[in-house]
Amino acid sequence: MEGIMTPVIIVSVIGILAGVILTIAAKYMAVPVDERVTDVRAVLPGANCGACGFAGCDEYAEKLVNEGAAVNKCTPGGGDVAKAIGAVLGVEAGEVVPMAAIVKCSGVCGKTSYVMDYQGPQTCEACNFFYQGRGSCSHACLGFGDCVDVCQYNAIYIENGIAVVDKELCTGCGMCARACPNLLIDIVPATSNVYVGCSSTDKGAFTRKVCSAGCIGCKKCEKTCEYGAITITDNLAGIDPAKCTNCGACVGVCPTKVIKSLVPQAQEATA
Amino acid sequence: MKEIMVILVSAILVDNFVLSKFLGICPFLGVSKKLDSAVGMSLAVIFVMALATAVTWPIYDSVLVPNGLEYLNTIVFILVIAALVQLVEIVLKKYVPALHRSLGVYLPLITTNCAVLGVTLLNIEEGYNLAHSLINSVGAGVGFLLAMVLFAGVRSRMESAKITKSFDGIPITLIAASIVSLAFMGFSGVVEGIFKV
Repeated sequence: MEGIMTPVIIVSVIGILAGVILTIAAKYMAVPVDERVTDVRAVLPGANCGACGFAGCDEYAEKLVNEGAAVNKCTPGGGDVAKAIGAVLGVEAGEVVPMAAIVKCSGVCGKTSYVMDYQGPQTCEACNFFYQGRGSCSHACLGFGDCVDVCQYNAIYIENGIAVVDKELCTGCGMCARACPNLLIDIVPATSNVYVGCSSTDKGAFTRKVCSAGCIGCKKCEKTCEYGAITITDNLAGIDPAKCTNCGACVGVCPTKVIKSLVPQAQEATA
Repeated sequence: MKEIMVILVSAILVDNFVLSKFLGICPFLGVSKKLDSAVGMSLAVIFVMALATAVTWPIYDSVLVPNGLEYLNTIVFILVIAALVQLVEIVLKKYVPALHRSLGVYLPLITTNCAVLGVTLLNIEEGYNLAHSLINSVGAGVGFLLAMVLFAGVRSRMESAKITKSFDGIPITLIAASIVSLAFMGFSGVVEGIFKV
């Protein structure tokens, strides 16, 4: 009997001792978790996209409660989430400007061409390393869809060789903008509907040679715009969303049709 | 000094825990996708291995041996390591929140890791004293780190490789692991050669 009792007692004592130590430790070293952090985390979308500038929804929730981060940083969540966070924390929500992504390339199949039959790893990042990509224009959309892979809302897809944003689904979180090796994707206020579909800073003559849908820096749009919203820098037109009124005058005069309006023509006439 | 070097080199290269002894395969396959998480996990493993040895060796020597209960080492070590890792987690959370954030995710994974239990049991089996056991544990941990870092590199290359559909995912990972393991088999006999044991 004694032979079996000793091991049983020893193992039980070690087990109980470990249990007691853990219980005491858990009690005296408990870190109080602020309930508001859990509550705030619950209203955030949970996509961990990083649009707020923090590492993820958990960190943003913590920073909101403990360090008073602004409640309107969550672009995907928009005004509703800002209001909900405000309700939990008891602060004014402020305004959230809805954002959306635009793709600054119009080099669809037929407008521009490939200079090589690229067979390497099928990602934009890898292809871009290889002689600045497979397109004849080094600023062109590579079309392997790195942006499609990171999008959590299925708001971007590849059509005719270039990325296209579905504005209905886009939340403006900016994950695609960070994934694009050619920096073709911009996050602009969702209300600005006119954009320049090109990123080429090459000289106009070269751009025209490699792509029939590229910005050649002719300055017609700059002269046409009544609001001073368009400026040409480095042979490329840029629209300032703060000044642009979506009037669409530049869309009409652009010789290569690279300035685009997302408002359908019919609506434009009535608006 | 020579003895210490022999223990370290054999623990890191020749008897690499993951690639030669096939212990700790779960985190080796599970956490090796990204380099930074692989390093984080490995650092936590080194830390826990050393700590577990520092606790289990005295228990074995002063509690189990005098009572003639050497055969109970496995069950007692499991008990002690599980409790120890929990305790470490609580202490870290309270006093070193930064370290807890970086190691925290991996600590519960380590609680039941066979590499940690394996190193404590092998220390006893090899008949090391406390100092040598600690050196062996740190060496085993560093070997784990080496294996994780190497394999994280291999896996990041596999991400961009075109792999036949039927091999994609786990199958190709296991094949790659076996090739890395084969490479480590080349280290057998290295210790005898270097240190003229």
